[in-house]
Amino acid sequence: MKFAVIVFPGSNCDHDAYYAATHVLGQQAELIWHKDTSLRGADVVVLPGGFAHGDYLRTGAMARFSPIMQEVNAFAAKGGPTIGICNGFQVLLEAGLLPGAMLRNKGLKYRCEYLNVRVEQTDTPFTCGAEVGQILHLPIGHGEGNYYAPPEVLQSLEANRQVVLRYATADGALDAAANPNGSLNNIAGICSEGRNVVGMMPHPERACEPLLGSTDGLVILESVVKALATA
Amino acid sequence: MRARVFVTLKPSVFDPQGRTIVEALHSLGYDSVEDVRQGKYFELDLATTDEGKARALAADVADKLLANPIIESYRIEIG
Repeated sequence: MKFAVIVFPGSNCDHDAYYAATHVLGQQAELIWHKDTSLRGADVVVLPGGFAHGDYLRTGAMARFSPIMQEVNAFAAKGGPTIGICNGFQVLLEAGLLPGAMLRNKGLKYRCEYLNVRVEQTDTPFTCGAEVGQILHLPIGHGEGNYYAPPEVLQSLEANRQVVLRYATADGALDAAANPNGSLNNIAGICSEGRNVVGMMPHPERACEPLLGSTDGLVILESVVKALATA
Repeated sequence: MRARVFVTLKPSVFDPQGRTIVEALHSLGYDSVEDVRQGKYFELDLATTDEGKARALAADVADKLLANPIIESYRIEIG
């Protein structure tokens, strides 16, 4: 199984994702520059965290014009498992691969900390190894993770069960105190209608070895290995 | 011809930066400033002398890139 990790100018979690895929999961992976026009036969696409194109204009706004995004669009349209982590989630929103947009965090602070998210849906390639209601202890690091969608879009997201992860307390309660950024409905991650494209603000690749403080990110990363093995 | 594009968050979208600025102004004693909305301002130099064409081009550019229609709206001034 091969992971493609897309590298935009300003990506800074690309090597973390590469490391997690190769050293931790034991899979193949390739770093693919944003000006490339081939995913080189990858089975999974990762849009990593960072500050693609310096976050100029809006976070993720310029990345959708990178040549590789045409390939990512085609891969996602064919049902290929695609995950955007943090800035990668912002890119997926700007590229229209996922609905909604990101606003500046409600408290205006860049939030960099471990927190808890609750798994809401397990029929995506990135959560199929989890259980509904499972709490994952994962790190975040972002200034614009305040998920917003117009009321009718939010309603359809909920009706279609596209909210995959929500910020929660350690015992699974969804309260305002557990929400680090003001996201609507405590949304930390969503999926596409086809369920193969997932965007999430927390960083699973930064929580995949005990030394990093948590191994809960493996639940996300191992899910896609499992999904592809059984596909 | 120059087009000026003002991009702001839609009225229905909370503007955390504007809120913080108005609170700072209140702490400075400017209590009569009731609200602040922060936005972005762009100057586009266009290779046309036709106002209608300039406006249409600026709107096209704003729709495609300068504004995110999910959260933002824009206003154009020509000349």
